[in-house]
Amino acid sequence: MAWKIFLFILLAFVSIAGIAFPIVEKPSTWYEFPFIPGLEENAKIIFFHVPTAWLTVIAFLLSTVFSFRYLRSKNLDDDAKAYSAAQLGMVFCILATVTGAVWSKFAWGQYWSWDPRQTSIFAVLLIYGALFALRSSIESEDKRATLSAVYSMIAFVTVPFFIFIMPRIMKGLHPGSADDTNAGPIVDFKMNSNMQLIFFLSMIGFTILFFWMWRVGYRSIIIKDKINKQLTGHSAG
Amino acid sequence: MIAESYSLFKKDFHSELRTRYAINSLAMFIIVAISVILFSIGNETISSSLTGGLFWVVIFFTAMSGLARAFVSEEERGTTLTLQLIASPSTVFSGKLIFNMILVFSMNFIIAIIYSALFENFIVQNFSLFLVTFVLGNIGLAVASTIIAAIIAKAGAKGTLYPVLSFPILLPLILTCVQLTLFSFDGTSFEESKFELAIVVGYDVIMLTASYMLFDFIWKD
Amino acid sequence: MSSYSIQSQNLSKLFGRRLIFKEINFIWSEKGIFGISGPNGSGKSTLVKIVAGLIAASSGKIIHKNSEEEIIPEKLHNHIGFVSPYLVLYEEFSAWENLKIFSKIRGVPFEAERILFYLKKFLLDTRKDDLVKTYSSGMKQRMKFIFALMHSPEVLIFDEPTSNLDEEGKKAVYEIVREEGKSKIVVIASNETRDLELCSEVLLLEKFK
Repeated sequence: MAWKIFLFILLAFVSIAGIAFPIVEKPSTWYEFPFIPGLEENAKIIFFHVPTAWLTVIAFLLSTVFSFRYLRSKNLDDDAKAYSAAQLGMVFCILATVTGAVWSKFAWGQYWSWDPRQTSIFAVLLIYGALFALRSSIESEDKRATLSAVYSMIAFVTVPFFIFIMPRIMKGLHPGSADDTNAGPIVDFKMNSNMQLIFFLSMIGFTILFFWMWRVGYRSIIIKDKINKQLTGHSAG
Repeated sequence: MIAESYSLFKKDFHSELRTRYAINSLAMFIIVAISVILFSIGNETISSSLTGGLFWVVIFFTAMSGLARAFVSEEERGTTLTLQLIASPSTVFSGKLIFNMILVFSMNFIIAIIYSALFENFIVQNFSLFLVTFVLGNIGLAVASTIIAAIIAKAGAKGTLYPVLSFPILLPLILTCVQLTLFSFDGTSFEESKFELAIVVGYDVIMLTASYMLFDFIWKD
Repeated sequence: MSSYSIQSQNLSKLFGRRLIFKEINFIWSEKGIFGISGPNGSGKSTLVKIVAGLIAASSGKIIHKNSEEEIIPEKLHNHIGFVSPYLVLYEEFSAWENLKIFSKIRGVPFEAERILFYLKKFLLDTRKDDLVKTYSSGMKQRMKFIFALMHSPEVLIFDEPTSNLDEEGKKAVYEIVREEGKSKIVVIASNETRDLELCSEVLLLEKFK
């Protein structure tokens, strides 16, 4: 219980700090952020956009790991964990896409420009959508778990192409793309130490939140499953 | 194992010759798809980059129209069990893959011919680059489409599910192939296209490996 | 006579979280007729499919050995002949073509004389070049037996072998079972008393819940 309160305070602080702290040329107090050329006022979204994108990746990794474990163990609990991770992954993917689009409008003038990173996050959205469509079309639990596990693994194999290779070859607007000389505010540490602190606190807070939601998610799936079985009169030995 | 896979391919091939389900509908599909594009363009001349993109669009949808059959026909007729009793999973996947490869190469060859005849800006300057892209891209398309076909054959709503599942998986391949096709239109050299070609080769190899390893799980109930 | 054996070690199967059977142990060797019985839905078909290597068990093992050497799942299919009501042949081909195709895909030589012998034995030789589509259900059932026997497997698995058969058909099946049981391992999954009478051992699935 204590850690939930801690998490609440942490995220509340991060949200308030992220939004409310002013951006000035020369920060003189601990609650002021520096002015970063190229980002200016809209820099604050970094506290929310990057964590959601990061969580999409974590969720995807978790989903793949537990899909792999399911294929070896055939234990439906692993499938529940993979599915719960996928659900959260979808949520955070949508959030990342939306926060990204908003940032894009302010920084580059339009909501969407098929920048390779944008294309990649959109592809991940399509993968999740396909996974849910697949799951809803199969009645048998075993088959549903096996086929979604296989699909997750195949999707996972294509992800390196999106993350590493394509941004290198295609021109893009994101920091870190082929024609960008600016490696980005995080890598270059153009943020001063206050900003970095808020940023890392945000990442940590969101990550803890994610694992909590994931745990609640898969446990409720498993319990719901077992209750259904009891009600229809079948139970595992 | 190769002889057995080849025999499985021949079985499918002869079955197709007898019933002609796939060939007729696929041929019509290609004509319809290209006609739709031609009608929507009207008298406008479209740029070479748009033509290159549309080329792969038709390829993708034609593949979605015809490549699921290899597995879906067995499921629908109940002969999956029969195949399980006479062949190992790798033989089955290889046989179906050979069938889909032949299908992909034939269909795309026809699509390429029609495109070069009907679209003004479908002009290939670096022909060998185009050819290499064609071959490598078709291999990747066949492999990915076959493994996804195996998955949806066991699910419901097969027809609509197939493109939905295939598209995200094929996306890296299609994007890179479109890029390479445009390079071949522009006359870009092999040297400059090395990175993109490496991506396609990598995709083919990785997809092939992953498919063989995962097929066992799909095939055995 | 073969030195073939099938051993089951603590075999259990679950569909989702629903238990079908658990901890089945048996060992069948060389030859004989073995039965599996239980009411409808008790898992007979599931068990024979696991024995045939078509489905994986949830836990436990099924081990096929030929002359003390274990057979890996990829190579199992040529050692097994399988007949069941839900088995379907390729209807767009004739009987002869079907059998040829099966040989080629199995990677087993197609011995025309032997196949003709079987076709005659099952009274299908006059119709061997007709499409299976035109066959009656009795003829299709007989085709399935040829399909199961043609590659001389060491194991024969019959799931509900006499369902939908008339008295004469049943007698023919019993004759085959008795004959083959002298040199092969024959497994029958059924809840017909007459089918099970042929068996030297019967596994009652009810006991393994």
